[in-house]
This record gives sequence, structure tokens and C-alpha cells, in this order.
Amino acid sequence: MLSVRDLSVIFQTRRGVVDAVRGISFDVAKGEILGIVGESGSGKSVTSYALMRILDAGGTIKAGEATYSGIDLRRAAERDMRDIRGREISMIFQNPRAALNPIRKVGHQIEDVLRQHARATRQDARAKAIAAMEAVKIKDAAARYDAYPFELSGGMCQRIVCAIALACDPRLLIADEPTTGLDITTQKAVMDLVRDLIREREMSSILITHDLGLAAQYCDRLIVMKDGLIVEQGDPLQIFSQPRHPYSRKLVDATPRAGASVRDLLPVEIRAPEPKIVETDKPLVEVRDLVKTYAGKSGPVQAVKAISFTVHRGQCVGLVGESGCGKSTTSEMLVRLMDATAGEILFDGDDIAAIPARRFARDPRRADIQMVFQDATDSLNPRHTARQAIAEPLRRLRRMRGAALGIRIEELAGLVGLPLPLLDRFPHQLSGGQKARVGIARAVALDPKFLILDEPTAALDVSIQAVVLNLLVDLRAKLGLSYLFVSHDLHVVRLLCDYVIVMKDGLIVEEGRAHQVMSHPQEPYTKSLLAAAPKPPERATPADQLEIKNAQYTALHDKRAS
Amino acid sequence: MSDLSATDLTRRQGTLDHVIYVLRANPVTLIAFCMFAFLILSALFGPALVPYDPLATNAGNSLQPPSWSHWFGTDQIGRDVFSRVIVATRLDLTISVAAVAISFVVGSILGCIAGYWGGWPDVILNRFLDTIMAFPLFVLAMGIVAALGNSIENIIYATAIINMPFYARLVRAEVNIRRDAGFVRAAKLAGSSDLRVLATQIFPNALPPMMVQVSLNLGWAILNAAGLSFIGLGVSPPTAEWGIMVAEGANFIVSGEWWLAVFPGLWLMFAVFTFNLLGDGLRDIVDPRKRT
Repeated sequence: MLSVRDLSVIFQTRRGVVDAVRGISFDVAKGEILGIVGESGSGKSVTSYALMRILDAGGTIKAGEATYSGIDLRRAAERDMRDIRGREISMIFQNPRAALNPIRKVGHQIEDVLRQHARATRQDARAKAIAAMEAVKIKDAAARYDAYPFELSGGMCQRIVCAIALACDPRLLIADEPTTGLDITTQKAVMDLVRDLIREREMSSILITHDLGLAAQYCDRLIVMKDGLIVEQGDPLQIFSQPRHPYSRKLVDATPRAGASVRDLLPVEIRAPEPKIVETDKPLVEVRDLVKTYAGKSGPVQAVKAISFTVHRGQCVGLVGESGCGKSTTSEMLVRLMDATAGEILFDGDDIAAIPARRFARDPRRADIQMVFQDATDSLNPRHTARQAIAEPLRRLRRMRGAALGIRIEELAGLVGLPLPLLDRFPHQLSGGQKARVGIARAVALDPKFLILDEPTAALDVSIQAVVLNLLVDLRAKLGLSYLFVSHDLHVVRLLCDYVIVMKDGLIVEEGRAHQVMSHPQEPYTKSLLAAAPKPPERATPADQLEIKNAQYTALHDKRAS
Repeated sequence: MSDLSATDLTRRQGTLDHVIYVLRANPVTLIAFCMFAFLILSALFGPALVPYDPLATNAGNSLQPPSWSHWFGTDQIGRDVFSRVIVATRLDLTISVAAVAISFVVGSILGCIAGYWGGWPDVILNRFLDTIMAFPLFVLAMGIVAALGNSIENIIYATAIINMPFYARLVRAEVNIRRDAGFVRAAKLAGSSDLRVLATQIFPNALPPMMVQVSLNLGWAILNAAGLSFIGLGVSPPTAEWGIMVAEGANFIVSGEWWLAVFPGLWLMFAVFTFNLLGDGLRDIVDPRKRT
């Protein structure tokens, strides 16, 4: 159906020509779901943009052929391409909110594509748009027709994007990271829906993702890309069980999965023994009946409804839940950026909730409670170099200047594994993983006692996530930190945390030792969270070896628990 | 210590490299900077270099057309137009730069307060700015100068007042979108007070769009000052100033002495054109993201 031969794409940049895709060939058969897996910069998205001929300025197809049902996509006139886009080949973009026009009703946006391809007239457009919304299982579609994108949840927006993509019955659907940034249960719902629709309408599809586990679960065939080249292709099961290329092996290793410890995510060559972590039963942070109420349009909204928990010295507590469950609000209150409506936060026995957030900047305990932010890009000032970013807390709270400051910054860079020459770069000159390291170095600069990690790896590639998670484990052992790890991904939480708290609608629904909650969840909500995580195929490790690993794992946790 | 100065040096070199890159990448910016340099040089050294005293009259040599001895001709009382045009650069640039500087500073402060804290200061400021902008701005400037008195300072104040709302609006918007950014929260965790966060983290990020506004505004302010002089407010004769020269010269156009009005007019146009071209280049220079 789609055949790509030796496709090369180049970008003209200030530093000269960049080869984004360097001669790749693949086919998509009728009714097949092809997965293209790779990390950022591998050229997977550029490939899809080249097929649709929507490359950014400066990008050109240098060589190769792309044929779709006999049509030469590379040489087709722009007018013909407009016909093909949407009607023959359509696309689902990564960020549904960015893909939808914020000031147009979603129903009208579906109508636009129908009218564009003459699939609807002025009279029946509305009915057809509602039918398209019903096709992607939007409940109460007639009422949602008049909604604006900001009135809908992220998952609902992605359904609208799907409806737009599928409205004209395309034969090929390209989904570019369709669920990145969505909650794990929403991800499952959207992916199940897309797969069912593809099967039902006998379409072909290309699923582009960085998540090997997700691709393996939903695709018939996988292509692994690195630096603009295809390094491996084949059956998902085979790639998972016997990856041939070292890069695919690295990706497979880095995918969090049942039974793997945090060290197992790293390539075998650089695996160091897991450090011994001393967990105590001396409480460091005690949260008592913490409440946060916002003044909403229709009366007060209770984001956090009287929750209580304790973080012991040296412990890592995971706070898990979906967006809107109150976990971010809780962490903002704990780090004292936000005032609680009621309740106590005892830090080393003193109630810090009593000090207004505005005055906490000058409190002596400011240095003891620090945070690593979710989005490393957003949390670094674009005008400050990495050095300036790390220097900020040292200058302000430790009054360090001159040579002492320089030494400390370089020490911290060494601690988080940031090469020293990168210190004088601006954030946009650093990769995602390097920015994450700068964020962590800044957070540990003051030797805090308590560190809140707000989804520190959510925006990172899996192999970089593996490295960052291991870095966090090492730092915890080395510096004796206590963590509160906020995340929506139970599999990641399990790797790091001793104790897990599951939140829903501002309440704690379940808590317990991490392995306990993971292996024997009690609440249906916890079960659904666990079930929604992509299930990569089992690794072809000899069964006995796996058992040994599991046994060691449980033993380790039992030891920690006791 | 030597370490630190070394990094300082590389940073400075980086900035210089960046400026050179911006100038090279965009020839229009290079031309604009050359034109700007010419204006600055004539403002600084013009009075010392011009061939004639701009105020010296010579009744026997009045209304001469352009010639080798008087490049731009002479006016009705025999003053050299070329010398007057060049000497006027200093006054016109001073007025516009001072006015823009005042509106930049005041507008930034008001915009920061409104954008960061919001609430009632924001509401009051916005209505206040709406009120200023509801007037025809030039008429407002005329009114201010007429009420305060005819002096160069008052032209500067009037021009600053009518330009200030644009800065305040821009800064308010830029500050507002960054109020809850991750790096702002990180700075608070580092122990910075609200004021420090605002001054060191948020405001510098508003500079790139501000630079475009500044350069456009400089041109605008020159036109405004010249316009006020043209209608007889502000700078008074015999001071050399482009607006007055155009106003005085306009009387002679009908009788064929075109050079009296055309040359100061051309210089005025040249200055405004320079500032308009300068904007994009200035923005690229203050935006670190343009460095790669």
C-alpha cells in the first residue's frame, strides 16, 4: 500500500546541513499496523512529515521514493497532496490541544475537514460531524459538538483529533506519539479505540512512538530507528525477546517492566550494583489532614480532601494518581509554594504549613525542602546558562560567591554526570536528559533533606529515563535524601519507591509497601491503573533465571521492609 | 578567580560572536546598524564637524540653491541648511531616546506589577491605560505641551506619556504568561523573593519583544517631536530642529525654494526608517535562543 525506498531528508540549518533521515526503506501492507520506534532525534516524526509533505521550513526530501497506491508522494503536485491529506492519508498529532484550533468549536473543526473533501454539504455537515464523534465513542456527542477544546479533557481532545483524522475514511492513518502526555488509563482507552477502528475499517496505520512497550502491544511489525537509519525491523515479540541490534537491546532493557529492578534498565555494561539504602522509621515529614480548596466558578473546588501520610528519613514514597487527583497540589503545598486551606505539615516536628508560602523563601528550612520539576525545559530560564541555573540557590541561600561557588557547581555537575563544558550552555542548547540533570543538580545543590520529584522523567526518552532514575537512586544513597516521587506511572514508581500512596479525587484510596500494592492491589482503581500500563511481551529469559531475579527482588524488598 | 574571568571572557566573546552572526545573517540588519552608527556619529561629532555655524545668519547669501559651498543650500536668512540638518540630529535623538527611555522604564514597572500580582492593581492600571489610549495620541501630546509649557523637557514628557501604555501592555502580557513557569517556581525554591524573581527571572524574558517596540517607538518619538515643533509647540526657533525646519521651509516650497523643507524632511525619514529596520536585529541580539 505504502512503499518507501531510500528516503533521505535533510534540514538546512545555521550549522550547515543536517541529515535527519538517511536512506530508509519500508513498506506498509494493507490492514497492517506498523510501529516506528525511536528516541527523540531519530528521525521518526520527520519521516512521517516527509510522507505527508509537511516538513518544516528548511527541510527537503533529498533522495528516495515514496509511493502510495501508485501515487508518487515525493513529486505529486501540491494540489493533489491536499486531496490526499485527510482523505487518503491522515495524521494524529502528538499534542491534541495544539492540534486543535483553540477558538473554534470542535464540531466545526470536524465539519471543516468533511467540507474540504466534499464529504458533506452545509445541510448535513452537522449530522455527519456528530456521527464522526460517535464513531470515536464520545458520549453525548451532540452536546460536545458545541464545546471548545479547552472545555474538554486531554483524552477527549485526542478523541476529537481522531474523529477529524478518521472523518473522511482515510486508508492510511499516521499516529505520531498519539498518547504522549495523556494519563495511563486514557492512553489505554485511546489506543484501544484507535486499534479497534483501524481493524474495523481495514485501514493501515503507522504508529510512531518512543515507547517500545506500547508499540509492541499494538503493532503487527516494528521498525527501530536511530539517527535517521533503520537499525532493526521485525516482529514485536522477536525484537523484545531477541533484539539483534545493540540499540534495540538498549531500548528493550530501558523499558520498565514487571520483575525488573532499576539497575536492569541500564545496558549490561554499565550496570553497577544497587547501592544499599538505609531506611529508618524516624518521621521526617508528617502530613496531617491536609486540605486545599480553590474558589471555583461554581462554588469551592476541593482539590485535596484531608489526606495524611508520613515520609520517614531515607524513605522514598511514591504518590500515584491521574491528572486532577490532587497529587500536584499536594506536592506544591509540601514544597511550600502554595498555602494549605487546613491541616498540618510537620517537618522535623515543626508545623511548616503555618508559615505562609510567601514568607517561606526566607525561612531557614527553605534549603531543606527542594523539588525537581516535571518539565525540565519549562523549569530552566531560557536566558540563564546551566551554570547560572545551578548557582541561583547557592547564591541566594548559601551566599556563595566567586571561586567557592565555581567549585561547588562543578562538584554538583560531576555528581549528576553533566559534562563540565555544558555548564556554559543555554537550556535550548542542551538535550532533554542534560536539562533534567541540570534540574536535579539545582535541586540537590543545597543538600536538602527532603526532595519532591514531580514526574521528573515524564518528558524523557526511555533510555534517558533509565539513566535519570538510576541517578536518583544513587543520589539518594549518597546524600541520604528522602524522596516524594509523584507520578502517574506505577511501573516507574515501583522501581524507586519503598512505599506507595494512590490518590484519586483528592483522597488516598490505597497505600502500602510498594511491592505489596503492586502485586496485591486491593482497590479497583489501583487495579485499573496497573492494568492500563502497556504490557510488553515477556523477555525470553530462561524461566529459572527470571525466577531467581524475582526472588532476589522480593528478598531485597522484604529486607528493606523489615 | 582566574577561572571565573576566563568564563566571563568566553561569554563576552560569545556575545560579540553572536552580534557578528546576527549582522552577517541578515544584510538588512547590517545596513540598519550602519545607518544607526551614522546617526549616532552625527549626533556626537556633527556640531564640531559642520562647515558653518548653524545659527550664523548671512542676509547677503539667503535662499541659495544647493551648491558645492552649501550642499543643501541656504535658508531665508542665509543659514547653511546642511549644517543645521546635521546639528539638529543631536536634539532630535536626545528627545526621542529620553522619551522612549522614560516610557520603557515606567511602562515596565507598571506592567510588571500588573502582570505579576494581578488583582486590583491590574484592573486599575488597565483602565488607566485604556483612558490614555482612548485619546488621539498626538492631540494628547499637544495638550500636555500646551498645558505644561513650551520646553524640550515637556516634549519629552508628553512623548513618554503617550508611548507608555504600549510598553506597559506588552510587559504585562509577557510577565503574566511566565508568572507560574517552572523556572519561576524554581527561583522561589532557591529563596528568591517575589521582587527578585520578577527582576532577574521574568522581566529579562520580555526583552526580545520589547526591543522591537523600542526601535519602532524611537522612530515614532522623533516624528512626534518633529510634529509638535512643526505646529509651533515645543522647540522654538532659531534652534536647529528637523520639525521646525520643515515647518519654516514649507512656506518657501510654493516659490520654488524646495531645499529648505526637503532636506530636513529626508533626514527625518532616514532616522525613522533606520529605527524601523533596527528592531528585528536588536531582538535577535538580546534573545539567547538565537544563539546556537
